[in-house]
Amino acid sequence: MNPVTADAFQLGDLADATKYHSPIEIAGRSPDQLQRWLRKLIEIRCAEEKIGEEFGKAVIKCPCHLVIGQEAPAVGIAEHIRQGDRVFGAHRSHAHFLSLGGTMDQLMAEVLGKETGCSNGMGGSMHLLDRANNFFGSVPIVGATIPIATGAGLAAKMEGAGGIAVSYLGDGATEEGVFHESLNFASVMKLPVIYVVENNLFSSHLHISLRQPFDSICRFALAHGVQWQRVDGNDIVAMADVASDAIQAARQGAGPQLIEAVTYRWRGHVGHREDNDVGVMRKEGLVEWKKRDPIRRLVDAMIASRHITKTMADSIWTEARDAVASSWERADLAPYPAPSALLDRVFFKEENA
Amino acid sequence: MTSYGHALREGFAYLLRNYPETFTIGQGLWSPWYVGNSMTDLDKEFGKGRVIDTPVSELATTGVAVGAALSGRRPIVIHPRVDFALLAVDQVVNQAAKWCHMFGGKVAVPVVVRAIINRGGEQGAQHSQALHSWFAHVPGLRVVMPSTPADARDLLIAASLGNDPVVFIDDRWLYELEAELPPVNPSLRLTNVRPRVDRIGTDITLAGCSHSAQLCRQAAEVLEKLGVSAEVVDLRLINPFDASPVIDSVRKTGRLLAVDGDWSTCGMAAEVIASVVESLPPGAFRSSPCRLTLPDAPAPTSKPLEKAYYFNAADITSKVLEIVSRL
Repeated sequence: MNPVTADAFQLGDLADATKYHSPIEIAGRSPDQLQRWLRKLIEIRCAEEKIGEEFGKAVIKCPCHLVIGQEAPAVGIAEHIRQGDRVFGAHRSHAHFLSLGGTMDQLMAEVLGKETGCSNGMGGSMHLLDRANNFFGSVPIVGATIPIATGAGLAAKMEGAGGIAVSYLGDGATEEGVFHESLNFASVMKLPVIYVVENNLFSSHLHISLRQPFDSICRFALAHGVQWQRVDGNDIVAMADVASDAIQAARQGAGPQLIEAVTYRWRGHVGHREDNDVGVMRKEGLVEWKKRDPIRRLVDAMIASRHITKTMADSIWTEARDAVASSWERADLAPYPAPSALLDRVFFKEENA
Repeated sequence: MTSYGHALREGFAYLLRNYPETFTIGQGLWSPWYVGNSMTDLDKEFGKGRVIDTPVSELATTGVAVGAALSGRRPIVIHPRVDFALLAVDQVVNQAAKWCHMFGGKVAVPVVVRAIINRGGEQGAQHSQALHSWFAHVPGLRVVMPSTPADARDLLIAASLGNDPVVFIDDRWLYELEAELPPVNPSLRLTNVRPRVDRIGTDITLAGCSHSAQLCRQAAEVLEKLGVSAEVVDLRLINPFDASPVIDSVRKTGRLLAVDGDWSTCGMAAEVIASVVESLPPGAFRSSPCRLTLPDAPAPTSKPLEKAYYFNAADITSKVLEIVSRL
């Protein structure tokens, strides 16, 4: 268990937008793994840019919460997920879905409400599902999947096969009572649940300093007897390392774990705009935060270490944009759910599964 | 003979014995008094790992059950008072009820949320509510209101073995009601359950669920001695609500009294009347359909006020006599 220290209360330097701009530390890492992470981060970034663009044109109407700027936590966690694990997202979950193996085709079709989407066009951006790849669902009621993931942890414990559950949440969700109920429950029952708090300092338009007396979520883990780690959420290598530690501990019966990934979103709470004009305490931070770009810091490190060249990096971007564009074209041509879906899917039927 | 309370316990024991994926979770399950005689010593028989007592966290506990149900388990959450289940409404209404539909029909949520109506006993406004019509309002929830020992056991089993979220509400005032129980039918599912005509009659239809259905049956016996032939329909499953047995009954009797141990406004009695009125021509009615419900006030604690608040079988009898004597 972590010692009781004031460190659990304050983010310190990690909250300082002028810091952590340098290339990340990649010494000793496998070039293949780094390149795989880079491709995934860029794929997510390109998907979000496309969705933002179409949202801006009102081609996509459903609320879309873009993850641009905070792609790394999902990719770091996904690295250590295996068959039998169950991962739950929230309102900002495109990266969670894609990082676990959800396809671009299914994401683009879903945000357009098409039958070929991951939720058969019944969910839109805020309700993503891909059980074959361990993604058990995302919903936008803040905090709702925290106890649900905790229940998946209880099921995993009952199964006794070393499976774990992951609950993705934001700093705002820690203001919901159910977050505390769930951590307490998981701690008392010693459940294999990883609570991944993507602390991007904002809930909707409000900075954390206007919502909480301290800016670090780790203090709640401390209070509930949950092991915690804090990490630069814009450093994919560090992120994957803490994910490995936490997930391995949970698999081995050490009980629930909380990871606080400190990051920042570049767009507004919802939609494609950067929201400089409506966010409280936002404009001054965004310019600096963009210098902590998780992709650029990885690219710079890989070029400096001669893992890739600038040309190779450029071609990864081009390939990703092309893939997104062709997925978009297929989604655009796909059919909407049949009118019968409205009533046919209220209750579960084997033939719909 | 088996009492309603013991029949519930038999239902739980049947599930825990035969289906390893079932478990129960809620406050007070290791205590002898939270849930009457309906779960006595289940923890000793099946272990504390499957009969789980919890911290005072209704919302998280219900969410945990929803998450376990999404992960292949068949949990039954216990809320010893309906009133406290309201702390868990997000998980019931926003989550359990919606996941199948909003995930393309691909997700089964086999969770039962069992809550107990603890009316009377001077327990007051926050220990007595029924609120079944709230839950019945929500598409995606199956809402079960058993009125007999056999239904208490069998609908609990059917609820847990189905694939959808179920709100199962039982009433402490029924716990001593006794009946012979037939063997369990393991293939019964809620998709096959509909309102049941408990008593044949010709002069008026009495329709209600749970404790109200029992009062209707008692009133019908008294009415028979007074020369009034009442048909009784026990609604049993109020969402999705199949009104056709009530409609068929009123087509024959021409009169309807909807009885509901809950408030009137937007309540189950209103739903019963609306369903019948929509389906029959005006000429089918010998008198206007009526309802008997609780007064629109929170439950009182004071003895005389409580007596005025709850109706009984004699109140149903009087109401029926008033209806059949109208021209």
